[in-house]
Amino acid sequence: MNMQQPNSGEDAAWRPRIVAFFCNWCTYTAADLAGVSRMKYAPNTRIVRVMCSGRIDPQFVLDAFRHGADGVLIGGCHPGDCHYSEGNYKALRRYHLLRRLLADMGVAEQRFRLEWISASEGDKVKSVIDQMVAQLQELGPLDLPGRRADWDAELGENGEDDLTAGIAAEAAEEVSHV
Amino acid sequence: MSEKPKIGMYWCASCGGCEESVVDLAEGILDVVAAVDIVFWPVAMDFKRADIEAMPDGSIAATFINGAVRTSEQLEMVRLLRQKSAAVIAYGSCAQMGGIPGLANQKDREDILRYVYEESPTVENAAQIRPQRTHGVNGATATLPSFHGNVRTLDQVIPVEYYLPGCPPTPRLLAAAVQALLEGALPAAGSVLAPDTALCEECPRRDSKPEELHIDQFHRPHAVHIDAERCLLAQGVVCMGPATRGGCEAVCVQGNMPCTGCFGPTSRVKDQGAKMLSSLAANSAGEEDAAITGVLESIPDPLGTLYRYGLPASMLHRSLSDTNRSKEQST
Amino acid sequence: MKQNGDVRIGFYICHCGTNIAGVIDVDRVRDYAASLPGVAVARDYKYMCSDPGQDLLRQDIAEHGLNRIVVASCSPLLHEKTFRGAAEDGGLNPYFVQMVNIREHGSWVHEDGEYMTGKAMDMSRAAILRVQVHEALERKRVPINPAVLVVGGGIAGIHAALTMADAGKHVYLVEREATIGGHMAQFDKTFPTLDCAACILTPKMTAVKAHPNITLWTYSEIDKTEGFIGNYTVTVKRKPRYVREDLCVGCMECIEACVYKSAKIPDAFNMGLSKRKPVYIPFPQAVPPVPVLDPENCLHLKNGTCKDFCVEACGDRDAIDFTQEAEYIDIDVGTIVLATGFDTFDPARIPYYGYGKYPNVYTSLELERLVNASGPTGGDVRLPDGRIPERVAIVHCVGSRDEHYQRWCSRVCCMYSLKLAHLVKEKTGGEVYNFYIDMRAPGKSMEEFYNRVSTEGVHLVRGRVADIAPESLEPPSNGRIGRVVVQAEDTLIGRIRKIPVDMVILSVGMQPQEDAENIRRMFNISCSTGGFFLERHPKLAPVSTFTDGVFLAGTCQGPKDIPDTVAQAGAAASEALALIDRGYYELEPNTAYVLEEQCSGCKSCIQQCPYTAISFDAEKSKASINEALCKGCGTCVASCPSASIRQHLFEDEEIFREIHGLLAYA
Repeated sequence: MNMQQPNSGEDAAWRPRIVAFFCNWCTYTAADLAGVSRMKYAPNTRIVRVMCSGRIDPQFVLDAFRHGADGVLIGGCHPGDCHYSEGNYKALRRYHLLRRLLADMGVAEQRFRLEWISASEGDKVKSVIDQMVAQLQELGPLDLPGRRADWDAELGENGEDDLTAGIAAEAAEEVSHV
Repeated sequence: MSEKPKIGMYWCASCGGCEESVVDLAEGILDVVAAVDIVFWPVAMDFKRADIEAMPDGSIAATFINGAVRTSEQLEMVRLLRQKSAAVIAYGSCAQMGGIPGLANQKDREDILRYVYEESPTVENAAQIRPQRTHGVNGATATLPSFHGNVRTLDQVIPVEYYLPGCPPTPRLLAAAVQALLEGALPAAGSVLAPDTALCEECPRRDSKPEELHIDQFHRPHAVHIDAERCLLAQGVVCMGPATRGGCEAVCVQGNMPCTGCFGPTSRVKDQGAKMLSSLAANSAGEEDAAITGVLESIPDPLGTLYRYGLPASMLHRSLSDTNRSKEQST
Repeated sequence: MKQNGDVRIGFYICHCGTNIAGVIDVDRVRDYAASLPGVAVARDYKYMCSDPGQDLLRQDIAEHGLNRIVVASCSPLLHEKTFRGAAEDGGLNPYFVQMVNIREHGSWVHEDGEYMTGKAMDMSRAAILRVQVHEALERKRVPINPAVLVVGGGIAGIHAALTMADAGKHVYLVEREATIGGHMAQFDKTFPTLDCAACILTPKMTAVKAHPNITLWTYSEIDKTEGFIGNYTVTVKRKPRYVREDLCVGCMECIEACVYKSAKIPDAFNMGLSKRKPVYIPFPQAVPPVPVLDPENCLHLKNGTCKDFCVEACGDRDAIDFTQEAEYIDIDVGTIVLATGFDTFDPARIPYYGYGKYPNVYTSLELERLVNASGPTGGDVRLPDGRIPERVAIVHCVGSRDEHYQRWCSRVCCMYSLKLAHLVKEKTGGEVYNFYIDMRAPGKSMEEFYNRVSTEGVHLVRGRVADIAPESLEPPSNGRIGRVVVQAEDTLIGRIRKIPVDMVILSVGMQPQEDAENIRRMFNISCSTGGFFLERHPKLAPVSTFTDGVFLAGTCQGPKDIPDTVAQAGAAASEALALIDRGYYELEPNTAYVLEEQCSGCKSCIQQCPYTAISFDAEKSKASINEALCKGCGTCVASCPSASIRQHLFEDEEIFREIHGLLAYA
């Protein structure tokens, strides 16, 4: 464990950002229910709706981390409850293998989570997100865009001009149309 | 001035196999040599850096660069060659995706240096001496290039026009690329000069792959007798073919070994390892957590399996447990 | 990344009154959106879903040449259809619309306005990036088979079936018990009018039997459901009743003739308070009026040693058929109404109420049978020892409004408890004590009913019963059943009251049927907290489900009384009728498709599809997707290792853009 105290100095305003991929039928509906029920929970999550947790390509998870997510949450229907019969089992298997890959990549396990949340479990949306945000707050930023910029600093040494084709530039290019 | 197009060849962090692959052209190499003017090829001919510096910008028609970029010297050279070349071709898996040297992105620079100079079982270095960037010898100063924190693909440091994939690229693909270059028939910049369809299309074992596949145990190729006729995935051997660009004519499979992914993903895929992971997981067995992890644990090294050639080109690029910025737990 | 130079986006942020604007600074979000590339118009409006709000879209499409629309408002599950429709009216393909859910996932759940304003910008940017690469899509139409399946033959199922049959549609009504009628058939009188349940129910039951458009299958269960809206194939299991419905005339002579001279088997319809024979009819007005043979008790079926008097009695009608076996019948229907009803709370779960321990502690449903003239006591309220009770306690909210059991209010208990108080008082002339937590009497004529009963001399004690215990540890010597003492804190006078009574009636709440979970899975719908079936929207789509073409009627959706059940059954019927009469349903065009040229034929996708929509075209050596079978889950898309399968509406690029938009720093 090598955890620095986050939220100090310039990081004071930092709040973790979670990208959540929720299936349309269960977890997205549950998040709507949490809304209709006016539950209050940590606002740090940004939800991407897909029809089924089986649609969640591991590339989406990695891409979210790459673009600055501090955590990624997958939400699907409980086993046996998938609107499409078995998409959630595929999601579960991908999750387990991706978890191992992320561990090998040095990503703390709290940053990637899968939860089965049925349409009626608005309270679970709240508790899962609150808990995950607290864990990420503790863990501090992953900040891959920042790290990439740091890594690329070495490309500018030896008096050379800074590159325009570095990793950070490439990452920036993808959002340059913003 | 010769009217023949000028060609350069250079290597960075690589094993040398790409250089040898040129020789695999066999007698075809004579046609190539006759058709072009090789202006730079350190492994085979004596050229000086100054010769290149003296050339006008863009005067080399194409430079084939193999190897990943790890040192300041490599960086300088590829930048110089970029400036002097009309087109740069990333030659081979290392230049394209980082290759085997890219697996070093699992470790920090410090970890690597410490291991190599201090901890490796064959090293005796009680004084813990490490190479220095500069050193005075007889009143002169000797300089070593710096060792970067990251292994990078070629296109992460300079713009690249074309990619010739493979570890190493096959003679047929190289010949086709040279042919296209000479005829001015190269495709749009940014293209990989290989088919954009996965390997299975040209795999002699495709017909033996079942439509239903619930892999309940993965095997490493050395640990199992591999049936030379059947699809390797159907035998529980991880074959990267479905997630890997074709064009190699399935040479590994024809040698009864699985594809390990050296041609990289199709153009539609951003992360080869993630895509293969997705497909492997979806096609393996188990519905309960314990059963699933039991099956998947028979893949001993997911990272090394899924990103054997592509860690620096992957979405995460490298291990994030680097201590210089780490707030991560070591796992 | 694909750049769309000619994209002209209209961005609209909804105030939703103060629902959104009370938390999020809509002006700042609007101005931010206006600054993003591709955005031609950015506006805020009080209520985007209102007619003027939708008109705004239509006008701007015409005046500003918009070709993409982003609406930041509520959940797409609520209003995506609305705004797609508005865009379509304005001449735009409806799939050029993207919604941003800043209410349910924003202002309603987060209070930090400054943060939420920034997050709303992130979410809007994601949608703006995404919509740029949207493509025009065509909705596919599927025909609606006009036949309807109604599951459950209680009052809800009966009313829904009759309504649709009267409209000329063919209805299959499937009931698992031997008769239709459900719980209502067990009731004596109904509140607040006190009209007899049988008097109003049995005519409807016989109407079902007689209706030419209704196929009634009792003693039958749903075995399997396949298909999708308009085109369901349902397998119905017809359990063997060993009496042929087509031959039986309902004379009941077989029951009379049975070798069992007296009835020995607890009668479920009478809550076990009376006995029946192995061949029986649940109650005299059962529909169909065909007896059932209980294979566990019938001597012939059990060990083949019976003298078969029933066969003899049946004579040349020859309706008794010991060889009957379960029959599985496939039916094709376009829509389904679920009316599977409720179960009552089992009060034995609350040990201190002594149900099952003291013979004079009853459930309210048992009392319904006791007060019923056709019940086991002929309508007399009698204790097991034959006495008429002099003092009766009625305990409200048993299992209901209780964190340990059921958190919900079952809505009907207060009123039926008052009804039972009235009936018990009327029949016994004794003292009746009603213990209640709150007296809930909403609805037409309910408060008046409460007033009426409260002036009839019923004692109303406001307090939750804490204990029911015998008055004396010694059983009475005369063979009588001893009194029990009901203890509660009377919260109106602030004192503990201990009232000895001869009989206790536990007013049990409603809970989902024990096997509701199976039904839910079979029809692929969701449940709400507590296990009742989940409606599509609590207010705007109360009888629809998230599975198109499946509707809910009655208490399977949640506790309700008979008038509400019938109203809801009518609503479910009319929703189904609306679909049938339109004749087709438009499917969401979110199907997957193969890039044929790029597909390597690796077959990894084929088994991913639970609907067998993907097949391997051996001639081309490529995967091929049957669009009509694809339901748009996208699992194969994620699984394709060379990204050669794509999904309309959920393209990789659309999702990647959404991710980038959400995370790019504002």
